[in-house]
Amino acid sequence: MTFWKPRSVQLKKKLAFAGAGILIAAVTLYLFLPILAVFLRITPERFFQTLQDPNVISALWLSMITTIITLIIVVAVGTPFAYFHSRYSYPGKVIVDTLIDLPLVLPPAVAGVALLMLYGRVGLLGKYFNMVGIQIAFTTLAVIMAQIFVASPFYLRQAKSLFEQIDPAYEQTSRTLGASPVRTLFLVTLPMTTSGLISGAVMTFGRALGEFGATIMFAGNVPGTTQTMPLAVYVGMQGDFYVGLTISILLVIISFAIMIAVRLIQKREEQHA
Amino acid sequence: MLEAVLQKKLRDYSLDLNLTVNSGEIMVLMGMNGSGKSTTLNIIAGLLEPDRASITLNGELICRTDDGIDVAVEDRKIGYVLQNSAVFPHMSVKENVAYGLKARHIAADEIARRVGYWMEHINIADLAEVKAGNLSGGQKQRVALARALAIEPSLLMMDEPFTALDAESTQTVKDLTIKFIRKLSIPCIVVTHRLTDSTEIGDRACVLCHGKKEWEGVPTEMPGFCSVCHCRD
Repeated sequence: MTFWKPRSVQLKKKLAFAGAGILIAAVTLYLFLPILAVFLRITPERFFQTLQDPNVISALWLSMITTIITLIIVVAVGTPFAYFHSRYSYPGKVIVDTLIDLPLVLPPAVAGVALLMLYGRVGLLGKYFNMVGIQIAFTTLAVIMAQIFVASPFYLRQAKSLFEQIDPAYEQTSRTLGASPVRTLFLVTLPMTTSGLISGAVMTFGRALGEFGATIMFAGNVPGTTQTMPLAVYVGMQGDFYVGLTISILLVIISFAIMIAVRLIQKREEQHA
Repeated sequence: MLEAVLQKKLRDYSLDLNLTVNSGEIMVLMGMNGSGKSTTLNIIAGLLEPDRASITLNGELICRTDDGIDVAVEDRKIGYVLQNSAVFPHMSVKENVAYGLKARHIAADEIARRVGYWMEHINIADLAEVKAGNLSGGQKQRVALARALAIEPSLLMMDEPFTALDAESTQTVKDLTIKFIRKLSIPCIVVTHRLTDSTEIGDRACVLCHGKKEWEGVPTEMPGFCSVCHCRD
């Protein structure tokens, strides 16, 4: 009996390790195998050949341009918004907090319908724009607006949380030392949040680049005007299979690069903490 | 010399305080948590708006609510050292000390002179290029003191400056504070809740209780009880 107990504990440990190993392997394979399957379905020659397809180039350029514009707008408007939102109390702040998070849980297609109901040709505001000859829905502008709607919460949440975490003592000290509020913002607050803001911006870029549902509902699917990479994948899979596959590989590579960038930024933050 | 009459309604009580601190004198402000010590400093610094106040620093009026006089925080020339020191972690020690001087648009050669002087006298010259985020608690507090003194303040205020420090660092910061307050002949207010701090550094002590002055005098004569609400009985 004296030998049995330790051996039983050892066996239990081995079984626990084996169970954990199987679980980790199963989850990893479940997430990784589909990605691998995309890469294995096409030869490198075919991939580089399809990359020169006008539909691929057009979707790639449109996606890049619209996503970069989206990112610039989100950072330029979102940073001061998050700063003021975290620094001041105002009536309805809780409601604004909820509304910021809403696009995260709202199905993207519903977001597209909502944008269409507001800015569409007969929409709440769209009818007035239409009266003066401005059409928003089904244009490149609509692509950007849809991306901003679904992707901005990633940046706003991150920026808001960063500004809330900064000890007010830093800004107060800066002011007593003779710095104006603007100088304090640019020399103290923003540098102390830069890594986190970049991380939020990278996630926003990734979400905007992959946006599909809201875009197809609000901007449509016109090659060269509103057909972004995810939409081109959808069309490609119904027609030219290799176009869909090639763009999918591009999106996987970009997404992977985004995740590596975020990890590197987080690692840098940890080292400086 | 600082002369302050302050009134502010807070959540549970009203701060109602008359405070005078002479040039070259260290006044220790004591009291339980929430007695109004930090609120007092924040009002004097201009970080918190009083309901009614009159604050004069070296004969110059920096706040009188009745006449609508309220000098901006950045123009009050008050050195303020906080409990966590609040040194800017992304800047080097040298950049921290120079921060207030640059904000005040002082000439570059004068900035270099003052930064060199204070880093040498506060014993942080060997840390000049070190990122402030990598310093120990004691080193950070010395940088905060050098940074506050470099702007040549008319008043120095320190809010619980020794709380996070070990015994050796506490003694160093105390010695430096006493030395430079005497040398610069400016009034100084130190907030603390430790009796030993008050007797070691304070020329005078003022004990606050629920926003009111409970006792004022020489720290060594401070009673061990509270005559107002008996909170220290």
